[in-house]
Amino acid sequence: MNQEFTMVEINYWAIAPLLVVVAGALIGVLVEAFVARASRHNVQLGVGLVTYLAALVVLLAKSRTEHGLTMGGSVVIDGPSVFLMAVILCFALLSLLVMAERFGGPAADAFTPMGAATPGSDLERSAESAGWGTTEAVPLMMISVVGMMLFVSSGDLLTMFVALEVLSLPLYVLTGLARRRRLLSQEAALKYFLLGSFSSAFFLFGAALLYGYAGSVDIARIALAIGAASPVLDGLLLPGVALVLIGLLFKVGAVPFHAWTPDAYQGAPTPVTGFMAAATKIAAFGAILRLAYVGLSGNRWDWEPALIAIAALTMVIGAVMTVTQTDVKRLLAYSSIAHAGFILVAVMSFDVTGVSGAMFYLVCYGFTTIAAFALVTLVRHEGSEATDLSQWAGLGRRSPVVAGAFAICLLAFAGIPLTSGFTAKFAAFAPAISHGGAAGAWLVVIGVLASAVTAYVYFRIIVTMFFEEGAGDVVAITPSTLTTIAIAIGLVLTILLGVLPGPVLEAATQSAQFLR
Amino acid sequence: MIDNPYVPLLFFMTLGLLFAAGSVGAGQLIGPKKANAAKAMPYECGLQPSPKAEEGGRVPIKYYLTAMLFIIFDVESLFLFPFAVAFNQLGLFALVEMVLFVITVFVAYAYVWRRGGLNWD
Repeated sequence: MNQEFTMVEINYWAIAPLLVVVAGALIGVLVEAFVARASRHNVQLGVGLVTYLAALVVLLAKSRTEHGLTMGGSVVIDGPSVFLMAVILCFALLSLLVMAERFGGPAADAFTPMGAATPGSDLERSAESAGWGTTEAVPLMMISVVGMMLFVSSGDLLTMFVALEVLSLPLYVLTGLARRRRLLSQEAALKYFLLGSFSSAFFLFGAALLYGYAGSVDIARIALAIGAASPVLDGLLLPGVALVLIGLLFKVGAVPFHAWTPDAYQGAPTPVTGFMAAATKIAAFGAILRLAYVGLSGNRWDWEPALIAIAALTMVIGAVMTVTQTDVKRLLAYSSIAHAGFILVAVMSFDVTGVSGAMFYLVCYGFTTIAAFALVTLVRHEGSEATDLSQWAGLGRRSPVVAGAFAICLLAFAGIPLTSGFTAKFAAFAPAISHGGAAGAWLVVIGVLASAVTAYVYFRIIVTMFFEEGAGDVVAITPSTLTTIAIAIGLVLTILLGVLPGPVLEAATQSAQFLR
Repeated sequence: MIDNPYVPLLFFMTLGLLFAAGSVGAGQLIGPKKANAAKAMPYECGLQPSPKAEEGGRVPIKYYLTAMLFIIFDVESLFLFPFAVAFNQLGLFALVEMVLFVITVFVAYAYVWRRGGLNWD
């Protein structure tokens, strides 16, 4: 029984970006513990910015070239994982700028002064008048970012599960921290938590079945076991694949696992919603891509039909439900479901161009989404966000800049040429036509029709903003420099990626090869 | 049959069942039976599991803080045990890793301490 202990090889440069963000999160927690309340906001913002920038620099300068398996095969550094980690860090950076918006108050405007206080209680009021804020949001977000970065680079199912939890748990808490409409926010957090832990259990059960089938949780080993088909254990394979994919499809909000999305997106503080929509989606799709292309592609004929049906359903239901929404945040949530369907079309092409197409789509969608939700935080009625669409009537006349910027985001969501939405849809649909066979072509047809349906919704909002008379008490307030920078970067990239998609598309293409 | 690696597992399951049934049974048989209102409550000490409306209808959160703090150290000892058992074979690297792990645990502890999680009232 005396087994020799062999130490795993750890390539520290390869995992350095992860370690940097972990260190940043720990420093953030210590800041919460030891720095005076008045200066915490600025200190946390500084810690967050420095951490993300440092991680990005380390990633691009050193880890980029450290391709290979490390930590005993549980972390894989390859093209997609480096690309997706870099994008996640960029999204985190922009979201942090929006989250830190104070609108002249002493604390971040989107977050409650005291998360533990009963909504509307004296305790909450005294915390508010003392100028307290939930600066914990910054370290929570950093922990979530660590989980996302590990999620896209995990080489076995157990690491993937741990990453899933590390990214999800802080998001559940962040969802419940909105400053206004506290009860709605807490309800959203509870729903998100319950359904999220359910889907985590699905994933874990599926991972256990796949372990029973393959004798290993390694994604590469599972691929080998599928190649060497053993009829004895075959019964474990398909249930395992189904349960693992359910766990992951839940995170991207694919129909029929989408029910949490509108509630969580509506209740969460708006900057957090932007971060969730952009970064969670990219992390979950990174994991789906790795699992579908590396681990489970051997028997994809068995589960492909189900995923094709889910992609079609996601696009159709996402688009149709978008039409019926009257709340901007819910509308964007359903639109994000439709977008998840479009990305699934690229995934289903099972070609290297499908990986680059999906990754390019995620980049374009993420930047536009962060800008769009940042703009939603600016439109106010008596100090709190006016998210009902009827309140947005006539906004184009009173605040032409904000309404114009939001219109650009909507045009990009609709996929109008010269915006990133068009090039992204092209990059996502082209591989499905050339490599996806008849099913791919049908999915593209459904995708184009669903885009047309959502385009109608987006144009209706533009018409509401610019051509309808509205009550004059809904105004767009002026953001601080940081939020302006974030919105500007999002908008510039939305247009730039539509006019000049070459460099980013090239980078996505070059890093589309998974390490097996 | 006895060589099967799952035999010890069966043994422990049986032992566990016997212990649970035995302690409940023994308590019923030999325990003194003097009923009063406090005895009839689900927990004889700690929180009221079904708080009344006039008390705000809320379960006090301080018990959960203590429980979560306990879990922090629970998890820590969970990892310290195998480390301590295999310490002689592991060498300096494992010691450094373990110190780093303990530091991260104490970061959480410092947060709880500084933010008043250890004050009962």
